[in-house]
Amino acid sequence: MTRTTTTTRTTPAIGAAMTRIEGPDKVRGSATYAYEYPLDAVAYCCAVGSTIAHGRVRSTSADAIRQIPGVLEVLSHANAPRLAISDGSELAVLQSDRVAYRRQIVAAVVAESFEIATEAAGALEIEYDVEPFAVELKSDDPDLYRPDKVNPGFPTDTEAGDVDGALRSAAHVVDHTYRTPAYHNNPMEPHASIAVWEGDDLTVFDSNQGASPVRARLAELFGLPTGSVRVVSEHVGGGFGAKGLPRPVVVLAAMAARVVDRPVKIAVTREQMFAFVGYRTPTIQRVQLGADAGGRITAIAHDVIEQTSTIEEFAEQTAVATRMMYAGASRRTTHRLRRLDVPTPGWMRAPGECPGMFALESAVDELAIATRLDPIELRLRNDPPTDPETGAPFTSRNLEACLREGARLFGWSQRHAEPRARRDGRWLVGTGVAASTYPARARASKATAWARPDGSFDVELCAADIGTGARTALTQIAADALGAEPRRVRLGLGDTNFSEAPLAGGSMGTSSWGWAVTRACEGLRARLAAANGSVPVAGLAVEVDTKDEIERRAQRPAHAFGAQFAEVRVDEDTGEIRVARLLGVFAAGRIVNPMTARSQLIGGMTMGISMALLEASLLDREYGDYLNHDLAQYEIATCADVPMVEAHWIDERDDFVNPMGAKGVGEIGIVGTAAAIANATYNATGVRVRDLPIRLEKLIG
Amino acid sequence: MTRISLTVNGEPRAVDIDSRVTVLDLLREHFGLTGAKKGCDRGQCGACTVLRDGRRVNSCLVLAVSADGSEIVSVEGLAGDSDLHPLQQSFLDHDAYQCGYCTPGQLCSAVGALAELAAGSPSVVTGEGSAPTLEPEEIRERMSGNLCRCAAYVNIVAAVYEAGRSA
Ligand code: FES
Ligand code: FES
Repeated sequence: MTRTTTTTRTTPAIGAAMTRIEGPDKVRGSATYAYEYPLDAVAYCCAVGSTIAHGRVRSTSADAIRQIPGVLEVLSHANAPRLAISDGSELAVLQSDRVAYRRQIVAAVVAESFEIATEAAGALEIEYDVEPFAVELKSDDPDLYRPDKVNPGFPTDTEAGDVDGALRSAAHVVDHTYRTPAYHNNPMEPHASIAVWEGDDLTVFDSNQGASPVRARLAELFGLPTGSVRVVSEHVGGGFGAKGLPRPVVVLAAMAARVVDRPVKIAVTREQMFAFVGYRTPTIQRVQLGADAGGRITAIAHDVIEQTSTIEEFAEQTAVATRMMYAGASRRTTHRLRRLDVPTPGWMRAPGECPGMFALESAVDELAIATRLDPIELRLRNDPPTDPETGAPFTSRNLEACLREGARLFGWSQRHAEPRARRDGRWLVGTGVAASTYPARARASKATAWARPDGSFDVELCAADIGTGARTALTQIAADALGAEPRRVRLGLGDTNFSEAPLAGGSMGTSSWGWAVTRACEGLRARLAAANGSVPVAGLAVEVDTKDEIERRAQRPAHAFGAQFAEVRVDEDTGEIRVARLLGVFAAGRIVNPMTARSQLIGGMTMGISMALLEASLLDREYGDYLNHDLAQYEIATCADVPMVEAHWIDERDDFVNPMGAKGVGEIGIVGTAAAIANATYNATGVRVRDLPIRLEKLIG
Repeated sequence: MTRISLTVNGEPRAVDIDSRVTVLDLLREHFGLTGAKKGCDRGQCGACTVLRDGRRVNSCLVLAVSADGSEIVSVEGLAGDSDLHPLQQSFLDHDAYQCGYCTPGQLCSAVGALAELAAGSPSVVTGEGSAPTLEPEEIRERMSGNLCRCAAYVNIVAAVYEAGRSA
C-alpha cells in the first residue's frame, strides 16, 4: 500500500498554455499513424473504382490478374465475403454489382507489395452495363424532395408568422440566391487501415475520428461480438468530418485480411479522397430579408437546395443557424434535396453553419447597404435577447461583445462604408465583417480514472485526438478534477480497450469527454479520500458514464458566437485577390488550453479563406464525379495565402453547457469567414460575389 | 530487383529493391522509417519531403533506384546527436502543427529553405538584384510547397522565422 494525495492546487491547469503532450513524438516523426504499425507478413490492398457513374458490373478480368506474380487475390462482388448489411449503405462494400456513382469501389487487389497491388489494380479490366445518370444539382429540378429531417435530427422546415406579407410591407428588402460548390475535406493523412484477424478476433489500426463507433459498426457487419473487435487509432492526421463515420476502406481491409488470411493494409489514394470518403454538398440558397426603416428585421426566409446520393440520405442542416441568429417576427427555413448519382455527401467542418452562414451573413451585409447602416450596428439592432424561434433564454450569447471587441482590435472605425473608397497603388482595399456561431452540445461518454501506487494517474477513454489537442486538454481537465499536477496524469485515448466514448465531431469532444473525465476523476478522488489515500498495488479505478446526467439536464439553446473581420486587396487590373488580414473574436466559454485553442480557431479561419478564394470541386457533367481530384487542381490555402490570421476571445464561462464551462472551438472558426471576405471584397470593388469561390474572373470585366 | 546503396540518416544501407519503389516507400515500407508521410504520392503536398544530398525533395517523386549513392536525411535524422533540432523545438514552442501529419515534411522543408536562404538563392518575392533576407514573406513563399490542412501556417512561419533568427 502506498498513499496518494490530491489537493486543490492554487494554479489550475485549465486555462494554461500547455504544449501538446504528443508534440515531441510528432516533430521527431515517431508518432505512429494507422498505416505505420509494423506487422510481419502484411499484404497490401488497392481499391479499384468504377469508371461509370451508374449501372452494373457485368464482368471483370480477375482471373487474368490473379496470374500476376505477387497478386494474392482479386475481390469483387462475385467473391467478396457477405456482410450483415443491406444494400442501402456506403459500407456495403462489394455486396452487389450495382454502381451508384463514379469511382465507387467495385473491386480490390491484394498483393505482396504496394507496387504490385497498384499495378495490378490498374490492369484490372471491368465490363459494365451502363445506365443513364444525373449528377448536377439544379434549382428547378422536378425531383427535389423534402427530407424527413436534417442532420443530425433537426426539423426540415420551420415557419412562424407571415413571411411573404412581412416582406411585402418591409421598408427594405434583400432577396438573393447564394451558391457554394462541393468541397472535399482532404485531411493530409488519407484514410488508412490495417486489419489483423486472429481466429474470430479482429484488430484494426485505423485512421478515424472515433474508434468506438468504428468498432461497433465492424462488429455488426462481420457478425462478431463487440468484444472481439479492437480498434486502435492513437494518432490521426486530421479528419474535418471525413473520418467521423467508418468508411468503406476499413471494411475492405477487414474483408481482404479474412480472405487472404494475413494482415492487410490499405491507404486511400489522394484521388480516392475525392470519391468515397465524403464531402460537403453543393448548396443553392435563397435568402430573403425584410427590415423596417430603422433596420429592424421583420422577415427572414432561408430556402436551401442541396444533394444526396441514391445510396444513403445525408441532408445538410444549412439553414439551421438562421433559426437562432437574428430577431424577426416572421421567419421561414426550408431544405430540399435531390438524389443524384453521386457519392453520399457528409460532414465537413461545421456542416450546416459553414455554408449557411456564408449566405445569411452576406445577405445581412447587403441589408446593411440597403438600410445605410454600419453592418455591426445592423447586427446589434437584431441581436435577439432570447431564441427567436422558441423564446427560450440562451445559456450565454455574447455576439455583441465579439463584434465590439473585434471592431476595436481590427480598427473598424477607419472603414469607408462606400465601396472603392480606399486604394493602395493598383490595389483596391476593403474591409468586411461577419458573425460566427456554432452550437455547444455534449454527448454521453464513459471514462475511467486510475490511481497508481506510485502517485500517478491513468485516465482512459476512447476519445480521439485528430489534431485538436484533445489529449492535452483532457489531461488538463483531469489534473484539475484530481487536484494533481498534469505531469502526474497519463491520458490514454484512441483505443477501444479504453472506456467507450463518442466520436470527435460537432465541436463536442472537449465537452463530452471532458465531462466524463471530470466525473471519473471526482469519483476517484472521493474513493481515495474514503480509503485515506491508500492505493493497492493493482491500482484503484473508477469508471463513470455521463448518460444519465446528460439526459436528465434541462435543455436550453447553447451556442458559441464570434465575429470575423477581413481586409482584402484586389488588383484593379488583374482581379487578383488577397486576404491581407483576418481577425476573429470568439465567445466560446472557458478556453481549456489557449495554445491549442488558438491553433484550432486560426486553422478554421484559414480554411475559411481557402473556401472563400480557392476551393471548389468541379463537376464532370460528361462522366460524373469531380474533375479536379488532386491537390494540384483542388487548391487549398497554403503559407503564401495567409499573411495574417489572428484569433482572440472574450472572457466567458458558461456553466450550463458542461462542468468545465467550455464550448467547443473546432468548427466555429470556419463559420462566417467566407462571408466576411465576400463582404470585404464588395467594399473593395463594388462587386458582390454570391457564388463561391471568389475568383478573379468574377471581379473584372 | 536492383541493388542500391545509399546513406539514410548517416547510416549506410544496401538493399535489393523493386524498381517501382519510391524513396518514400523505401523509407516507410522497407526501412521502417515512417517519419516521412504520404499525403498524395504525386508531388503535390510536400508531406514526404526529405533532404537528399542537403536539398529538399519530394521523396514520392524520386525512385529509389535513382537515389543510388545519395545521402538521405529524413525527420528522424534531423536532430543528429541532440535531443531536438532547433526547428523541432521551435515547432513545439509555436504550436506549429495540429494533427502532425504534414509536420515531418514541414520540418525537412524548413531546414532546406533556411539553407537556401543562407546560400543567397533568391525566390519570387526577393527584390530584383538583391540578396534574400530572412523575413516572414520569404518564409511564406519558400514554405508554400508544404500543405497543411490543419492550417498551422501562421505558426509555422513564426516557428521557422524564430529558428532562423537564432541560428
Ligand atoms: S506525398 Fe509526396 S508530395 Fe505529397
Ligand atoms: S498539422 Fe495537420 S496537416 Fe499540418
